[in-house]
Amino acid sequence: MTQRRLGRRDALRLGGVSALGAFLAACGVQGKGGTTQASVAPDAVAKFWTGKAKNGKVDFANWPLYMDPKKPELKKFTEKTGIQVNYQEVIQEMGPWFAKVQPQLSAGQSIGFDLMVITNSLQFGQFRNSGFLAPLDHSKLPNFAKNAAPKYTQEAFDPGNVFSIPWASGITGIAYDPKKTGREITKLADLWDPAFKGKVGMFSDTQELANFGLLAAGLKPGDSGEDDWKKAAAKLKEQKDAGMVRNYYDQSYVDALGKGEVWLTQAWSGDIFQKNVSDGTNFKFIIPEEGGTIWTDNFTIPVTAANPVDAIMLMDFFYEVENAATLAEYINYVCPVPAAQAQIKKDAAAASGEDKTLLTQVADSPLVFPGDADYAKLHYYVDFDTAEEQQNFASIFEPITLS
Amino acid sequence: MNRVKRTLAPYLLVLPGGLWLLLFFVVPMVTMFSLSLQQGDIVNGYVFTGHWQTYVDAISNYQTQLIRSLVYGLITTVALVVMSFPVAYWIAFYGGKRKSTYLFLILLPFFVSFVLRTISWRQILTDDGMLLHPLKEAGLLSPGFHILGTSYAVIFGLIYNFLPFMVLPIYVALERIDPRVVEAARDLYAKPLTVFRKVVFPLALPGVFAGVLMTFVPASSDYVNSGVLGSSSTTMIGQVVQAQALANSNYPMASALSFFLMAVLLTGVFIYARVLGTEDVMNAAAR
Repeated sequence: MTQRRLGRRDALRLGGVSALGAFLAACGVQGKGGTTQASVAPDAVAKFWTGKAKNGKVDFANWPLYMDPKKPELKKFTEKTGIQVNYQEVIQEMGPWFAKVQPQLSAGQSIGFDLMVITNSLQFGQFRNSGFLAPLDHSKLPNFAKNAAPKYTQEAFDPGNVFSIPWASGITGIAYDPKKTGREITKLADLWDPAFKGKVGMFSDTQELANFGLLAAGLKPGDSGEDDWKKAAAKLKEQKDAGMVRNYYDQSYVDALGKGEVWLTQAWSGDIFQKNVSDGTNFKFIIPEEGGTIWTDNFTIPVTAANPVDAIMLMDFFYEVENAATLAEYINYVCPVPAAQAQIKKDAAAASGEDKTLLTQVADSPLVFPGDADYAKLHYYVDFDTAEEQQNFASIFEPITLS
Repeated sequence: MNRVKRTLAPYLLVLPGGLWLLLFFVVPMVTMFSLSLQQGDIVNGYVFTGHWQTYVDAISNYQTQLIRSLVYGLITTVALVVMSFPVAYWIAFYGGKRKSTYLFLILLPFFVSFVLRTISWRQILTDDGMLLHPLKEAGLLSPGFHILGTSYAVIFGLIYNFLPFMVLPIYVALERIDPRVVEAARDLYAKPLTVFRKVVFPLALPGVFAGVLMTFVPASSDYVNSGVLGSSSTTMIGQVVQAQALANSNYPMASALSFFLMAVLLTGVFIYARVLGTEDVMNAAAR
């Protein structure tokens, strides 16, 4: 009868010890993937597309500044098909975008978008390997089959365009202000030239940064391995320790170049073209002698899309020559439809004054329609087989940007 | 029946607050703590393995950024106390009828987004911007001189962005001081400085304490200012957490860093409370 009752504290302690462990273990983050799925089951396409119908609307997620703000192409698409397009510029960076939609896709829920434009980066592999991308039904993409450049149908990150077709490509090279540098910039070695100490801009994105380190060290990003990455990191560390690099930038490098913060910087082709047109600046963009990189932003359909049929119709619409042409005229990135060049020239002939000059410039620009010689100097990104490899890669280059 | 009611009553009264605490504090904290001990990757999912090594890695890999964050936070907080006290003092004792207008003016810039305000400073402080360009043209500064990308720019940004969080609590504490107490001190022949030292300042301490709490913690873990105004040599721990969580999807590392930072900050705050002799930390902050 006088047995000591279990105090409240003791009860909590006893219960807590076992419960806490179980509870902690229960709070996991669900993944979705298995090993790399470079190819899909042969019936995957039929399985996904059977029973799907046109619904009259598409929710489209894209990057900022990737379409004329008046969206002439989308208006034309609606007129032609009756499909309403809800276009949103919600993607700013690949990593955060993946982190944002991953929980919903993992749970099999809609992310609110039927179409998203994603880069051939590390995250493209994460999307694909997690099974988050719908396999494309190529019978619904006749214009792509007819008009896409062969180069864009054999890309290493998605051979045979199983999950993606390009929206636009771009080149990572060097942009510079000739007034400040006082001489022409031609090679990657210029980014290591002590004459420009503290005036060099590099990208904070580990893949972009690594690519330049690899190329500067005479290595090819596409078939590089861990030893190469270490060499590249050492090369980049040397540049940093010498005080060459003013900062590691995201998209804000354009602003930094405009304000004289940097004189020469890693840059994306279309940005510099657009900056010169809109701000009247006279910056130069070059593909370095040692090589530059080419990347592709791709149309993809998330597996949970509510309106995949409408989405794939819109994808194919952008492969009609006229639409590809007007898009390239505005965004000035590499166009995956070679026939668009002739179309832009035709548009230029019909235009007059300033428009004519601009259109001619776009049609002749090696940044929009690179020649074979340009392509020969352009490299693809580092490829990863496993998630560990990715993490390892990140941990090698991270100490350079985060220190 | 009555006895049941009496035993249950306190629990029922605690229920709303308790639920709130459970939902918004305990659940996220436990989830984050659990994540910090998991292993895996984002594609295959993370599994709880009780992997404490992440904490060791977090501290050994990012000690520079951790220390830098605390130092920046400390400098910011000290500068804020020094700057805010006179402002709050003036408004409380000489503000007259316009007191609320002055307070409103202090708050006014904060109706604009935090990030936008910081980016605006970037435009002002930039190398060829409106501040440095004329000085360079006039030959007063060397062409290579810059503010952006230095520790100064980051600390300046932190001070600017957290100013009201220091001014307001100090103002509230000062405002509450009974003028008759000050009068009494003067009647007893205390010199103005002695009045301040012996009467006004001790009575304002809870406000200073609250201000320090409200600025030191967010300033140390901020990632916007160092990202926008700094460079790769001013990286703060908040940026590392952001990069680990969003760019690398390395959730265990991000959680471990956040948890460790929280532990360090809490320890710091409690030591500070001890030194100040404030017995109940949260009570002093809420006063």
